[in-house]
Amino acid sequence: MKKELFIERVLFFLALSSIGSLLLITVFIFLEGVPLIAHTGLDNFLFSSHWAPTRGHFGILAMIISSVFVTLGAMVLGVPLGLACAIVLAEFSPQPVKTVLKPTLELLAGIPSVVYGFLGVVWLVPLIRDYLGGPGLSLLAAAVILGIMILPTVISISIDALSAVPDLYRDGSIALGATNWQTVRRVVLPAASSGIITAVILGMGRAIGETMAVIMVAGNALKIPTSILDPVRTLTSNIALELAYATGRHREALFATGIVLFIIIMILNLTATVITRRR
Amino acid sequence: MQYYRHAVDGRPGFDRMAKIPKYTYPNLRGFSSFRRCSILVLALACLLVWACLVGCGQKKSSENICIAGSTSVQPFAEKLAEEYMREHPRMRIDIQGGGSSAGVLAAQQGVADLGASSRELTPEEKKLQEIPIAYDGIAIIVNKVNPLNNLSLEQIRQIFQAKITNWSAFGQAPHPIHVITREEGSGTRNAFEELVMGEHAEISPVALVQDSNGSVREIVANDPYAMGYISMGLVDPRVKAVAVDGVPPTRQTVKSGKYKLVRRFLLVAKELQPGPCNAFVNYILSPEGQSLLESEGLVGVGD
Repeated sequence: MKKELFIERVLFFLALSSIGSLLLITVFIFLEGVPLIAHTGLDNFLFSSHWAPTRGHFGILAMIISSVFVTLGAMVLGVPLGLACAIVLAEFSPQPVKTVLKPTLELLAGIPSVVYGFLGVVWLVPLIRDYLGGPGLSLLAAAVILGIMILPTVISISIDALSAVPDLYRDGSIALGATNWQTVRRVVLPAASSGIITAVILGMGRAIGETMAVIMVAGNALKIPTSILDPVRTLTSNIALELAYATGRHREALFATGIVLFIIIMILNLTATVITRRR
Repeated sequence: MQYYRHAVDGRPGFDRMAKIPKYTYPNLRGFSSFRRCSILVLALACLLVWACLVGCGQKKSSENICIAGSTSVQPFAEKLAEEYMREHPRMRIDIQGGGSSAGVLAAQQGVADLGASSRELTPEEKKLQEIPIAYDGIAIIVNKVNPLNNLSLEQIRQIFQAKITNWSAFGQAPHPIHVITREEGSGTRNAFEELVMGEHAEISPVALVQDSNGSVREIVANDPYAMGYISMGLVDPRVKAVAVDGVPPTRQTVKSGKYKLVRRFLLVAKELQPGPCNAFVNYILSPEGQSLLESEGLVGVGD
């Protein structure tokens, strides 16, 4: 009995320490970043696109916009593809195909992002440069790479959502004379909608938080993009690019960038949780 | 939604409803939360142990030197250390990157014995003792197929300010110039800003930003319309270094001071006292150390 209590305590402590470290990280980011926002003013920080930290300009608007566009681009490419794949696997594939393909797709998630970035640099960037123009390192390149990277997240959560829809619904629909496709479109998809929205939002979180691959293919220029062939810098790449050298205000500015990112991802995750709970 | 609600929920006593699995939040990684948390804790613990073991300045036995700082100096410092440790097997020299500012900070705080900097010290940092170990030229590079051979300092400034944006300004077929720069805070960028851009000109936000000399070189080597700047010692046959104001970047022109884009590599220390650290610095400044640096593409400080 004593042993049981002991184990319980240990587990409790372990659980606490993981939450604790998360909390510490949050507090640390805010402690480091808030002084800068107070120094430059929130509007100067969020709504100016002049970023020259060693000269005292700390506007991150261009990066916020770039992050949004890169993420949207990844969504436009990744979600339809992922959803289509999930529907085929969950609804129209025989069991053997499913048991082989699903784990394979999930394996995609295990490929380190630097490998995706490397593939992007070696293969995608020259293609864009040669056939579409521009320097190749671009918003488009980042969106394509991220679109591929979010596939496993979108597919595996969507499949879970689709298979959670009871067969009763399908049987009922078929019994009423609906075709397979009509059943999927009118019955199964609406029933699984909250799970699918969760999949999309978690994919979005993955896309907006991705760093390494984006640094390698996005070109990291500080301008607000005017075309999909323009090089862009996202919030995450800004931190990773400059953190190694930053001191003083510059360092604080990077932590402040982290705060903005933190808040965006918090909002996304919260939305996902709320949507999932609502069902 | 409406449709199936009516069909299924609307029938009282439909007991199979009970078997309908509730959609739960999927567990992404296939780990239970306990395992996930214990893995995290284990990882943290490992990290801590590792930090204690490897950490710079944690064990300052007399035969240990720790150098931290500029990533431009790092490869050269590593070569020097390697050579020095071969001659003095009992010595252990740790070279870490982190950037010039981090190196200077590390030296100030005594975390590292020597800081390596590829930029000049700021007035506040001047309290530190600085030891110039070599000159490094910054080369302006273009793709090999680019016919461009010479640029004036003013032209380089205007290109990086995005005032000249097209290759047609140099009598070539019109195509936008793809300007590539380094990230804010990098030693090479600092030196470039100081030497080329001056006080008021800023590098245009349109410029692509890469985080190492190597990736700037990689892009220029692959993109016929690109222009960038890298450390002279790292120019290789895949790219072409152009002359600045008619002076090509070579060892002779850097040494004679004719080539304009030159920066100093510094080692900084709080106070250099006799000991292994001093011995290593002396080795770097000795003809042997200097010739090693020269063979790596730098230009020595001695005459």
